[in-house]
Amino acid sequence: MSAQNQAGALQAMMNWIDDRFPLTKMWKEHLAEYYAPKNFNVWYYFGSLAILVLVLQLGTGIWLAMFYKPDAQEAFASVEYIMREVPLGWLIRYMHSTGASLFFIVIYLHMFRALLYGSYKGKRELLWLFGIVIYLALMAEAFFGYLLPWGQMSYWGAQVITSLFGAIPFGIGDTLQLVIRGDFVVSDATLNRFYSLHIVGVPLVLLGLVGAHILALHEVGSNNPDGIEIKQNKNAQGIPVDGIPFHPYYTVKDIMGAAAFLFIFALIVFYMPQVGGLFLEHDNFVPANVLKTPEHIKPVWYFTPYYAILRAIPHKLTGVIVFAWSVMILAFLPWIDTHPVKSIRYRSVLYKALVMTFALTFVVLGWLGMSPAEPELSELGLRLGELYFAFFFMLWVYSKDRSGSFYIGAFVFVFITLGFIDAIRYDESKGMLMLVSAVLPAIYFVYFLLAPVVSSLNQDRPVPERVTS
Amino acid sequence: MMKNICLAVALWAAATAAMASGGMHLLEAKPDIHDKASLQHGAKLFVNYCMSCHGLSYMRYNRMAQDLGLTDSEVADNLMFASDKVVNLMKVAMRSADAKKWFGSSPPDLSVIGRSRGANWLYSYLLTFYEDPAPTRPFGVNNVVFKDVAMPHALWSLQGHQRYVSEPVKGKVKAEHISSLATDPKGVLIRREVTLENGEVLNVTDRLVVDISGQLQPGAYRAAAHDLVNFLVYAGEPSKLQRDAMGIWVLLFIAILFVLTRLLYKEYWKDVH
Amino acid sequence: MNTGRRRFLTGAVGVVGGIGGAFAAVPFIASWTPSERAYAIGAPVEVDVSKIEPGRMIVEKWQGKPVYIVNRTEAALKTLPELDAKLRDPKSLEDQQPDYAQNEYRSRKKDLLVVVGVCTHLGCAPQYRPEVAPVDLGPAWKGGFFCPCHGSRFDLAGRVFQGVPAPLNLLIPPYKYLSDNRIVIGDDKGSA
Repeated sequence: MSAQNQAGALQAMMNWIDDRFPLTKMWKEHLAEYYAPKNFNVWYYFGSLAILVLVLQLGTGIWLAMFYKPDAQEAFASVEYIMREVPLGWLIRYMHSTGASLFFIVIYLHMFRALLYGSYKGKRELLWLFGIVIYLALMAEAFFGYLLPWGQMSYWGAQVITSLFGAIPFGIGDTLQLVIRGDFVVSDATLNRFYSLHIVGVPLVLLGLVGAHILALHEVGSNNPDGIEIKQNKNAQGIPVDGIPFHPYYTVKDIMGAAAFLFIFALIVFYMPQVGGLFLEHDNFVPANVLKTPEHIKPVWYFTPYYAILRAIPHKLTGVIVFAWSVMILAFLPWIDTHPVKSIRYRSVLYKALVMTFALTFVVLGWLGMSPAEPELSELGLRLGELYFAFFFMLWVYSKDRSGSFYIGAFVFVFITLGFIDAIRYDESKGMLMLVSAVLPAIYFVYFLLAPVVSSLNQDRPVPERVTS
Repeated sequence: MMKNICLAVALWAAATAAMASGGMHLLEAKPDIHDKASLQHGAKLFVNYCMSCHGLSYMRYNRMAQDLGLTDSEVADNLMFASDKVVNLMKVAMRSADAKKWFGSSPPDLSVIGRSRGANWLYSYLLTFYEDPAPTRPFGVNNVVFKDVAMPHALWSLQGHQRYVSEPVKGKVKAEHISSLATDPKGVLIRREVTLENGEVLNVTDRLVVDISGQLQPGAYRAAAHDLVNFLVYAGEPSKLQRDAMGIWVLLFIAILFVLTRLLYKEYWKDVH
Repeated sequence: MNTGRRRFLTGAVGVVGGIGGAFAAVPFIASWTPSERAYAIGAPVEVDVSKIEPGRMIVEKWQGKPVYIVNRTEAALKTLPELDAKLRDPKSLEDQQPDYAQNEYRSRKKDLLVVVGVCTHLGCAPQYRPEVAPVDLGPAWKGGFFCPCHGSRFDLAGRVFQGVPAPLNLLIPPYKYLSDNRIVIGDDKGSA
C-alpha cells in the first residue's frame, strides 16, 4: 500500500469510528484542543502523577490478588509466599506498598498546589469537592488495604480505628462498630469485607470520581500559578492567548515528569522499600496476635497528622468529632477563603507566612502522630491542632479588607475561645505545661491578627493581566 | 531541598529506631548478606541451636542452599535434622501445643524476625543474657534487651554464662533506664542513666562479665552471634539479594529514559514563549 | 520547528519506553509461572515397590497427578505382543515415554509398569482392569486400563487401542530405581 493509500485507509477507519463513537471529538476536547495555561510549574506535575500511581496500584493490586489469601489463618503466610515463592512476587509487592505511600505524597503535594494558587476558587468549587471525596476514598482504600497483611499493626490499627465508631452516643456507636467489624473484635469477618471493598468497591468509586474530577476541570479550564483566568484573554480564533494545547506540550512534559517519578519510585522499591519503617512498619512483620497489643500503635505515616489531633484530645467523643472535622473542614475551603485574588504570589506577606505555617503545622503534627504519647508531645499536639483549625479561621478573616477593630475583635474572640478550651481541659498536673504551650497560639494570633492593625503586612499586590513565568 | 528532605527522613528513621528499642541505643550488628561464609556459619548455628524450638517456616531448604552457595546434598547432610526432602519448608520439630506447656508461650517462628526486631536488636539480644537467680526465672537467666524473657540462653555452651555486675550508686534511686550498650574485649558494657530522689542524674556503667566460660572467647562468640544474626537478616528477606542486583540496572535504564524524555520536552517547548 | 528532530526524539522515547514497558511486564508474567511451592509439591517421589503383589496396582501422587505402578504377571506380559495389530502406536513411536521405556513393555524392568494415570483424551483417571474377558469389556479384553469417561482403552503397557477417542499411549514419567525395592518418580538423572 502506498503511503497515501495508507493515510486514506486510516482516515476511513477513523471516520467509521467517529460516526459511532466520539473518539476524535474527545481527543480534541480533552487533549489536542484543550488549552491549558502555558506557565505550569513543578506543582502541576502531581495530577498526572496521581493518575500514573493509580494505574500502578491497580495493576500491581490485581496481580497480588492472584496470590493473596484473604483468610485470617492464611493471610500473613500468603504475603510471605508472594515475597519468597512467587517468581518476582516480591517486586510486585514492593511496587504496591511503595505506590501506596507515594500516592499520598503525590496527593498532598497536589492539594497543596490548590492551596497555593487558589485552584478551588471561582467556578472550581465542584472540582475541589470531587477532589476531597477522592481524598476520602483514598484514605478508606489505604485503611482497608492495610488490614490485609494481617500483621500486628494491621490488626491493632484496624481495631483502634473501628472502635472510634463506638464513640457515637445513644447506642448507635456500639451497633455501628459491630456492623462494621462483623464481629465483636476485628476478625476474619472484618478481613474479608475489607478485602472486597479494597479490591473492587473503592477502586470503582475512585475511577468514577477521577473521571468526574477531570471532566469538572476541563469544563472550567485549568488554573495556573498566577491565578489568572486565561479564558478572559482570547485571540481572534477564540483561543486563549496564554494557552497552549495540552497535547503535545503537556503530554510531553508529563511523560518527562513520569520518568523522574519512576526513578524515585525504583530507588525506593529496589533499595529501601521499608523506608526505615515508614512505608512498611516493623511491627507488621509480626503476625497479628489478638492477645497482645504492640507497645506503640500508630497508623501509617499519611494518617498521622489527623491521628495526632485525635490523640491529643482527652475526651473520646470530642476527639472523634474534632478528628472527623479536621478532614472535613477542607471541603469548605472555597467558602471559607473568598478573597478575589487566587494565587499566593499576589497575596500579602502575612498570607504567605500563614500558608507556610499551616504546612509546617501539618508536618509536625504528622511527626507527633508517629511518636509515643508523652505528656509534653501530647500538649504540643493539642496546640498544633488549635493552629490547624486556626488556619481556616484566618483564611476567612483575610478574605476581605478588614478594619482595625475587626482584627482586634477577632483576637478577643480567639482569646476567649482558646481560654474556654483550656479551662475545660485544665488539670493540675499539667497546669504549668499548658501555660508554657500557650505561647504557641499566642505568638500565632498576635502575629496574624494584630500585625495587620499596626502594619501594612497584609497588603496584597496587583495581579498582572497576562501570565508570567 | 531534596537533600534536606533526605536528611530529615534519615534522622527521623534513626529516631524511630531508637524509640522502638525503648530508647536504648543498641549494639551495631552490621549485617552483610553478601558474605556467604558468614551466612553458612549462621545457618549451621541456627539449625543446631535454635531449630528445636524456633521454626523458619517460610524458608525452603533448597532456596537456602541456592542463596548460600551450597548444594542440595550439602544441605541435606549437614543442615536437615527434622525433615526428609530438601524442597521442604524449614518447619520446627516441636509441636506448638507442647511448646505452650513447656515454655508458657509458643516460641515464635523466626522467618521474619530480622525485619520485625532488626539486626541490632537481635545481636544485642544474643550478647546480653546473664545469670539471674530470682525464683521467677524459669531457666535461671535474664536478658538486658528483652526483660524477663521466657527463653533459656540457647547459646550458653558457646558463650558461657555472664554475670551482671552493677556499678554501685550512692543515693536513693527514683528512676533509671538503660541508655546504651557497648562492647569491650571482655564483655558487654551497659550505660545506665539514674535519676536520684534529689533530682541528680548520674550515668553509670554496668558490665556483663563471663562467669563460666563456654567454648568460645568473647571475641569469637561475638563473631558467631554476628553470623547468626546475618543469617536471620538474610532469612527475613532472601529476595534482597535479587533486588540489590537488579536495582542498579533499573535505575540506569530509567535515567536514560529520563534524558530522552527531557530532550523531547525541550524540543517541543521551543515553540512556547 | 525541526520536524526531523522531533520525529527522531519521539521515536527514541517510544522505543526506549516500549522496551521499558516490556521489562515492566516481566514480573507480572513471571509471577504466573509455577511458584516454589508448586515445584516443591511437584518434586520427585520415592516409592517402595517391594510389597506390590503380582497383578496388583498401587497409586502414587506426583506433580498432583496419579501415577499407576503395576506389578505385571508373566501371563499378562505374554499377551502384549499379540495385541500389536489392534493398537494405534504399538512401537511407541510418539513421544510419550523416556528412551529407556521405548520398548515392548514400556518400562525399565518388564515386571513393573510405571505410568501416569491420566487418559490422553481429556484427562480422566482410567480404571485398572487386569481381569481377562469381563462382561462389560468383551471377550477380547486381555487386561489393561479402561477410561470410564469416553470409553478409551489401553493395554497393560499403557498403549492405546485403535477405535477409541484417546489419541496417544499413556504417558510414562521419568523414573529410576534406587535399589531393587525403591524407585523414584520424577527423577531419572544419573541413570541410563
